[in-house]
Amino acid sequence: MDFEDTPEEAAFRHEVKTWLAELAADYDLSKHGDISTERQLALGREFQALKAERGYAKVTWPKDLGGMGGTPMQAVIYDQEEEQYDLPTVFFAISLGMPIPVMRRFATEEQKQRYLAPALRGEEIWCQLFSEPSAGSDLGGIRLRAVREGDDWVLNGQKIWTSWAHISDFGVIITRSDPSVPKHQGMTYFFVDMKSPGVEVRPIKQAAGGGEFCEVFFTDVRIPDAARLGEVNGGWQVAIATLMEERFAVTEAAGGGASLEDTVRFLRREFDDGESAMNDPRVRDKIADWYVAESGINNFYARLLTGLSQGQLPGPEAALSKLVIASKLQQQSSSLMDICGPAGAVYPDHSVSRATDHRMAWLEAAGYRIAGGTDEILRNTIAERVLGLPGDIRLDKDVPFEKLA
Amino acid sequence: MNFDFSDEQRALQSEVQRFLSDRADLSVARAVLDDDDAYFAEPVWRELVELGWAGMAIPEHYGGVGLGYLELCVLAEELGRSLAPVPFSSTIYLFAEAILRVADENVKAQMLPAVAAGDIIGTLAFAEGIGFPRPHSIKLRFENGRLHGEKWPVADAVIANNAVVLAADKSGEPCLCLVSLEQEGVERRPLQSIDPTRGQGTLVFDGAKAQRLGEGGESAWKAFRHILDAAAVLFAFEQVGGAAACLAQAIEFATERTAFGRTIGSFQAIKHKLADIYVGNQLAVSNTYYGAWALASGAEELPLAASVARVSAIQAFEAAASENVQVHGGMGFTWEADCHLYLRRSRSLALVIGDASLWKSQITNEFERKVA
Repeated sequence: MDFEDTPEEAAFRHEVKTWLAELAADYDLSKHGDISTERQLALGREFQALKAERGYAKVTWPKDLGGMGGTPMQAVIYDQEEEQYDLPTVFFAISLGMPIPVMRRFATEEQKQRYLAPALRGEEIWCQLFSEPSAGSDLGGIRLRAVREGDDWVLNGQKIWTSWAHISDFGVIITRSDPSVPKHQGMTYFFVDMKSPGVEVRPIKQAAGGGEFCEVFFTDVRIPDAARLGEVNGGWQVAIATLMEERFAVTEAAGGGASLEDTVRFLRREFDDGESAMNDPRVRDKIADWYVAESGINNFYARLLTGLSQGQLPGPEAALSKLVIASKLQQQSSSLMDICGPAGAVYPDHSVSRATDHRMAWLEAAGYRIAGGTDEILRNTIAERVLGLPGDIRLDKDVPFEKLA
Repeated sequence: MNFDFSDEQRALQSEVQRFLSDRADLSVARAVLDDDDAYFAEPVWRELVELGWAGMAIPEHYGGVGLGYLELCVLAEELGRSLAPVPFSSTIYLFAEAILRVADENVKAQMLPAVAAGDIIGTLAFAEGIGFPRPHSIKLRFENGRLHGEKWPVADAVIANNAVVLAADKSGEPCLCLVSLEQEGVERRPLQSIDPTRGQGTLVFDGAKAQRLGEGGESAWKAFRHILDAAAVLFAFEQVGGAAACLAQAIEFATERTAFGRTIGSFQAIKHKLADIYVGNQLAVSNTYYGAWALASGAEELPLAASVARVSAIQAFEAAASENVQVHGGMGFTWEADCHLYLRRSRSLALVIGDASLWKSQITNEFERKVA
């Protein structure tokens, strides 16, 4: 029992480390000061092109598709090393995480030739048009209509919570193609050019102030039947495949907010009342609780990686990481504010980091408990798919979609 | 990354599990609970010794099997799952560990083969009533080779024939002593506790002959803390074993029991509760692996890893045991249902080597030291 890399893993890690260390000088955002999102994206595209050249853009994909033919464990090692830097890769995470693997699986040979490589190189960005105002956790409730007209389909409706839609060139989209059948049987999946006439993207300002999400309106948007992925009315099966990709994408060790080390440094200093909070037994008790939770997540992750290293893919139990991390972030940030008294609500200056400041993290955490599967949906997933408890009674199961309230 | 037990260790675990489910199902723990004069299941203990498991981690040249802590961990997990009422933890995690750690060669050669052979049931006596001992709060006196004073509660005090005791020497410094409990000047009294499946008692020493182990003072206290750290990891495996059993019981019941025309396991109030128990159990299992790794590899961070494992396992087992009763409803609160056996054990294990807050303070102390 150990935390060590196998010799092969260590060799790959060394290779990645060396490569990243050379590029970091040019691409690490911390070396660029305060630059615009446009400039970050431009840097990101350059870095992504270099990454794709090495096959690192999709470590596990075969070489002829632009990957490096690596193992899932090598993909994790690459990510672990990349996370050591502040590289502008965030714009491509969704694009390469979900839509592009779905394109690989469901698009024609010709389409794959056209679309995969530019996405891997960061020249084109893809978004995922899934949620709607009336369909979030219950994705099967989507209403955006697709009506067949000859060789085309015409799309009308609205999507929401689409990350990076405003910078995307293409999107994958799930639509309601037949409302006369029960909801999961009448959906069709397509990809769409985001520059098509009738597509309108509006960024959403979130409660915490961030703006990487958008709502997207479709008004008589015409797309060819050739842009269909999967069967007509077989969109749910394609969506499930996408969500499986998402599950792997969110499986990671504890993160977000101030690190526990920084938290201790923050609490250790003398506060304005002349006391260090580290002398307060209640505070010390909380630090222990946080350490136990953080250690639990990191060690759980180490067990998942061990499975991965031995060739097993994570099952639905991986859902627990996000469930624990989001609530922990919210509680821990809130407690840190409590400890500071009335001043806990006040930002120290104008340059607080959104990534590490606990006041920012407290605001963000409320959204983190919803994004990518709410706490409640994740508990259902664990109860049904891990523990084998019965599914919920579904009142809409055999009812034609158009008859639902 | 190889953060798991080996195939051989898993095979051993299956073997232990088969033995315990065959010879020590819950009726065995219940028989001890129901019999005021029973302190353990002696036949199960004897068989366990015959299978070589008491000597599992005792080196071969002391008559043991010569395997390590990781093998003890998988054994502990199964003992926790089965609630087997045997003096394994007192004898192996505490007594044998103390001998291995602080005794000289002669004492080791005398004691360890006897432990492996099942001739010794041992224990570690450290508590002196309400509270937890501190280096200079110990009242039990060791003077001129003799012990004077009391220790309580002491696990398996009534059935043990040898103990390592935490005492204070002539100059008031802590020391560890080996004492035979089968001699003049030792009185053993049973105590009633919430978990009669793990017997507790008082040891009264009135000039009993004892032998000092290792050096006194700070080094004795360090050794004592180390013994507790090692035991914390092993108890944590018992706890996650018990927690897994509680979750399995609750799932089984929730899948069978119907109310309002559906199985109760289809209600989100129950599903979410059980999902939370699963999450707590998985975090605790992951943390006990961390403890096992630190213990087996002799890592410097054992005090941190052990305290994390202990706190996490206390939280998981207590939550699982009490929610298991809750899921069972009124049936769960009957003497006949097995839920209370786990509920009792979860509380007694949460206290046996100090409560969660005590170990949490160790986490913060150790972690703070790591932060520059």
